Amino acid sequence: MDKVLSARDITKVYRMGEVDVYALRGVSLALGAGELVALVGASGSGKSTLLNIMGGLDIPSAGSIRYRDHDLSSASEAELTRYRREHVGFVFQFYNLIPSLTARENVALVTEIAEDPMRPEDALELVGLGTRLDHFPAQLSGGEQQRVAIARAVAKRPDILLCDEPTGALDFHTGVKVLEVIETINRELGTTTALITHNAPIAKMANRVVTLVDGLIASDESNAELTPAKDIRW
Amino acid sequence: MRSLDRKLIRDLGQLKGQVLTICLVVASGVAVFIAMQTAYRSILLTKDAYYASHRFADIFAYARRVPDSIEPQIRDIPGVAQVQTRLLSRVRIPLTGSDHAATGQIVSLPDHGRPALNDVFIRVGRLPEPGRNDECLLLESFAQSHHLAPGDALSVVLNGRIRELRVVGLALSPEYVFAFGGDVMSYEPGSFAVFWMRKAAIEAGFQLQGAFNNVVLRLQGGASKDEVIDHLDTILEPFGGFGAFGRDKQPSHHFVTSELDGLRMQTIIIPFIFLSVAAFLVNVVLARLVQLQRSQIAALKALGYSDSSVGLHYLKLVTLIIGIGSVLGVALGTWLGGLLMGIYKDYFLFPSFEHRLDPEVLLIAVLISLVSAVAGAAFSLRGIIRLPPAAAMQPEAPASYKTSSLDWLTSWMGVLARMVFRELRRRPGRLLLSTMGLSMAVAILVIGRFAIDSIDYLMDVQFERAMREDVSVGFREPLPARVVDSLRAMPGVHQAEGLRTVPVKLTKGAAARELVINGMPVDGSLRVLLNQQGEKVRIPMGGLLLTDLLAEKMGVVAGDLVELQPQQGERRKRQVLVAGTVSDMLGMQGYMQLDALRELMGEDPMVSTVLLSVDPGALPELRRRLYDMPAVALVQEPAAARRLFDEQQGGAMLAMTLVLVFFACVIAVGIVYNNARVALSMRSRDLASMRVIGFTRGEISMVLLGELTIQVLLAMPIGMYLGTLAGDALLSSDPENFRMPAVVSNLTYVFAGLVTAAAGLFSALLVRRKLDRLDLIGVLKTRE
Ligand SMILES: Nc1ncnc2c1ncn2[C@@H]1O[C@H](COP(=O)(O)OP(=O)(O)O)[C@@H](O)[C@H]1O
Ligand SMILES: [Mg+2]
Repeated sequence: MDKVLSARDITKVYRMGEVDVYALRGVSLALGAGELVALVGASGSGKSTLLNIMGGLDIPSAGSIRYRDHDLSSASEAELTRYRREHVGFVFQFYNLIPSLTARENVALVTEIAEDPMRPEDALELVGLGTRLDHFPAQLSGGEQQRVAIARAVAKRPDILLCDEPTGALDFHTGVKVLEVIETINRELGTTTALITHNAPIAKMANRVVTLVDGLIASDESNAELTPAKDIRW
Repeated sequence: MRSLDRKLIRDLGQLKGQVLTICLVVASGVAVFIAMQTAYRSILLTKDAYYASHRFADIFAYARRVPDSIEPQIRDIPGVAQVQTRLLSRVRIPLTGSDHAATGQIVSLPDHGRPALNDVFIRVGRLPEPGRNDECLLLESFAQSHHLAPGDALSVVLNGRIRELRVVGLALSPEYVFAFGGDVMSYEPGSFAVFWMRKAAIEAGFQLQGAFNNVVLRLQGGASKDEVIDHLDTILEPFGGFGAFGRDKQPSHHFVTSELDGLRMQTIIIPFIFLSVAAFLVNVVLARLVQLQRSQIAALKALGYSDSSVGLHYLKLVTLIIGIGSVLGVALGTWLGGLLMGIYKDYFLFPSFEHRLDPEVLLIAVLISLVSAVAGAAFSLRGIIRLPPAAAMQPEAPASYKTSSLDWLTSWMGVLARMVFRELRRRPGRLLLSTMGLSMAVAILVIGRFAIDSIDYLMDVQFERAMREDVSVGFREPLPARVVDSLRAMPGVHQAEGLRTVPVKLTKGAAARELVINGMPVDGSLRVLLNQQGEKVRIPMGGLLLTDLLAEKMGVVAGDLVELQPQQGERRKRQVLVAGTVSDMLGMQGYMQLDALRELMGEDPMVSTVLLSVDPGALPELRRRLYDMPAVALVQEPAAARRLFDEQQGGAMLAMTLVLVFFACVIAVGIVYNNARVALSMRSRDLASMRVIGFTRGEISMVLLGELTIQVLLAMPIGMYLGTLAGDALLSSDPENFRMPAVVSNLTYVFAGLVTAAAGLFSALLVRRKLDRLDLIGVLKTRE
């Protein structure tokens, strides 16, 4: 399979005063084109750290990370910004919408700086919010906010979609709706997707499940059979 | 519009209270700057153009009687470009219906044409015709206050004789930009007139045919003023020269330039205060905004916005706030500038007063306010740019507090007080800057009121205690002491004492200084020498008492012999013993006992001024008779001057106090309100939690407002101290002319404290309203 993103022997150390915190201790992982990969593991196991490094939000302390033929581990801040702008869509646990902008404007925030974006309205239609264009985040439920965040992430037609516990702050029902949207985007647009979750059942919708323990990959298994998002229960 | 810009506008809307208060601070600074700069530049330009177009002289000299035949010698002095000889004479104007006579100055015009120097500007009418001895040009401001116009007749008492003059025109001259009769304190446009008449019309009345008593010169470029003055003094000495002087000592010019200097100083100081406060407020508000929007900033960066474009976004926000303030300031400044020019228009007489808004001034004003914005934003902007997007994805760690060894201090106060105390300790920088800012507000009030206090003190010491006479009569030149007896013999006079003043040049080694020596009678009771504290000082026998500052500057101590050369009359150099020093209020002076001075001068007893104590009923008649004596140059009445001063100052002081109160409130409200809003936003979760637990509104208000109360309380003594210090500095800005201790009345301190406290309370109430509406559930639900 065509490798879109590949990490080799990644280590990430945070210096906290006197002590060094090892968030990642040598992780190697590749995302193939169109794959949906679930990252699971206990809290503190290094999932977010890995995702942030893959998304160019952070750089590894050691090891290399490549996006196609670009080396991200030695990229400058400006190059990382360009990488995020052109290739990556982010979805965060707490949505991180701009409260002073409407749903449409939050999406427009990204389409204005992207190269070949969708129309914000289309992106919102895609996540089922075509009728809530002019609502502010405070007027939307958590699940709706997260769907706006997904619309914002995919509106630029990213090559990679990275989601950090997108359902973490949501109840089961709305969570499923959000997962369905992610699933649709992965299937229909073919966007390579990495999804962090600490709910094991959610991983069943992914092609691959990567389990992190204490900064190391403990297992990396392909799902023989995919469970559609709408059938997932937790 | 770009989405990011839309966010900007909405953020501004959200912050409107803070935006408004910061805008007001900026607007005040910009307005003061523009108003004062505009006034300063307009006056300067107007003055320079006027001086040039009407050929204002560089050097001035008075003498008793100089034959016209001497004029060529003056023209031949190296460095002299132009000469105009003139006759000057004092007149009294017995206005009907007024008890208080006006005085005036007659200035001669050459018999044909216009003056070569100090030319007149004729507003309406024409020059007096040659040969028409009754025609005159009249000073415009005097004519206006007495409703006189060309064609009107006016009686004046000239050299003891009443003369009927016909006004043929209203005029101004660069010599009388500020026209006053020798006493700045009692300036009033209706009390001083200038008449310009053909020379022939004056000569006859004075037995001054073929002579002049005043000469003005214009220097060639590069000529030495001092050499020309020395040369001129030598030529005029045989004819009773009173000592030539440059423009710097010409009364009108001196007054105008010192006013301009003051204006320029204030142009720098006041806007500086405002703009530093604005920078501080920008800092406080932006720091909080960035903290609140941490996750938004991170998200923007994660979405692909670069560090610099996110930084620029917040810089735009600040620039917009300051920009709105500047625009407001420009409008306010233009209006204020108009008002200020209106005041100057009443005092300074120019042919035309251009109040022009210089684009350069606007540009500078906007630029310096932008600099203050960037300075205030710099810290937060650095934080924004450096904020790593990944780190900001996580919720912020709880703020760290420390217990301290000083906790026992608050242990008895309970947990609320301890919260306040720990908050203060956690942000000592904020506490320091807020306190400094608030103390500026207090200081501004103290400075403003302090001027009133000091003038009061000065007036009190000078007019009530030092000058005990009812009338002082100054002579054109020293007269034999017999004149004291003849004045004492006038009806209604109880007491008369003579003073002798001698302008001298004092030399000690290489140091030389010009000053006036006052000879005062030993047993005199009408004029007392007082020091800065208002205590009576005795003049030692046989020696010279010098202002301590002067002695210090010249390196002279008591017991030294110094060389002294009179600048009038016989100019032989003499030695005199310095008997001591005194810290008086009037700058550079020397004092001697009258007899000792006479001995030193080696002359018969002479007096320059006679002080009278008079029966009030006899005053009007006495006044009239004194004005009409040709030898008399100046008649002053301290009590009347004081009254007039109080009257004139009353309104101005009130206006000034109001303006300062407004400015101080803008600063105090700006600081207290913004601090409170920021504190509220930072702690709304804590406070809501406390409310949920069961604390009352009053109790949580105390946690929030306690900190601000402490800031205000700390700021008071500091501000009062700073204000007094600044006042002291202002007072000693020109120690050579004037020195006095900083006098601040208790009323001023109380006033400054109350106004600041009121502004603080007002802001606290605004925030308290928000506190009362705290949405308990909403606040607890959201993450931030
Ligand atoms: N900015 C940081 N500074 C210090 N330690 C960090 C930072 N980010 C993450 N860590 C530490 O790294 C480890 C992994 O964190 P993270 O990747 O967020 O875990 P997960 O997302 O799996 O819960 C944790 O121990 C966490 O405390
Ligand atoms: Mg995580």
